[in-house]
Amino acid sequence: MTHFAAVVLFAFFASVVFGITQRETPRSMVRYGAYCFVLFVGSAIALSWIMFFIAR
Amino acid sequence: MATEDNKSVAEIPTAQSSPQPVTPSGVRVQSKQVPIYLPLIAGWLVPGAGHFLLRKWGRGALLAASILAMFALGLGMHGELKSEIHDILDMLGLAGDLGNGLLYLASRLAGLGADKVQVTVADYGTRFIVVAGLLNVISAVDAHNLRTGRKS
Repeated sequence: MTHFAAVVLFAFFASVVFGITQRETPRSMVRYGAYCFVLFVGSAIALSWIMFFIAR
Repeated sequence: MATEDNKSVAEIPTAQSSPQPVTPSGVRVQSKQVPIYLPLIAGWLVPGAGHFLLRKWGRGALLAASILAMFALGLGMHGELKSEIHDILDMLGLAGDLGNGLLYLASRLAGLGADKVQVTVADYGTRFIVVAGLLNVISAVDAHNLRTGRKS
């Protein structure tokens, strides 16, 4: 399993739990879960590029 | 006057008698008959069980699937199941692992999980197992909040 695949799976399952537990209505659960997923994956990609340029 | 006072006292929610939702036909929801700490304990021992007790089938199924999948992926990546404490980080890792409840105990008894992290992927797996435990604790607390009426 690649690091990125692990990140995506981690983000997906954690976002499902966050969405269900932190919001009350189904619609807001989906929205918050999607928001968490984008933040997880987006921050991982952003930090990866930062580390890439620092390492050069 | 006395009747009104009695009514106002009876409507104050307490830890022992939390407000019970009533259907339009006047029937109290069955899930509120569950003992107050049972969803918390059941949810910790078995992922999603707290929500199932409260008849939140969809939420319970999604939580159980997510937590079980994370735990299984962690084991599949040869993640470490903590059994010994050498430093403070090990203690935190063990606390996270114990959040999985019976999953942790069953896996330990079955000899699953690595004793030592040998490859990089196993390090990811260890984190998956710990986070699955922490997410399970969050979902158990959520079931408790549903039971007490703090959340709907």
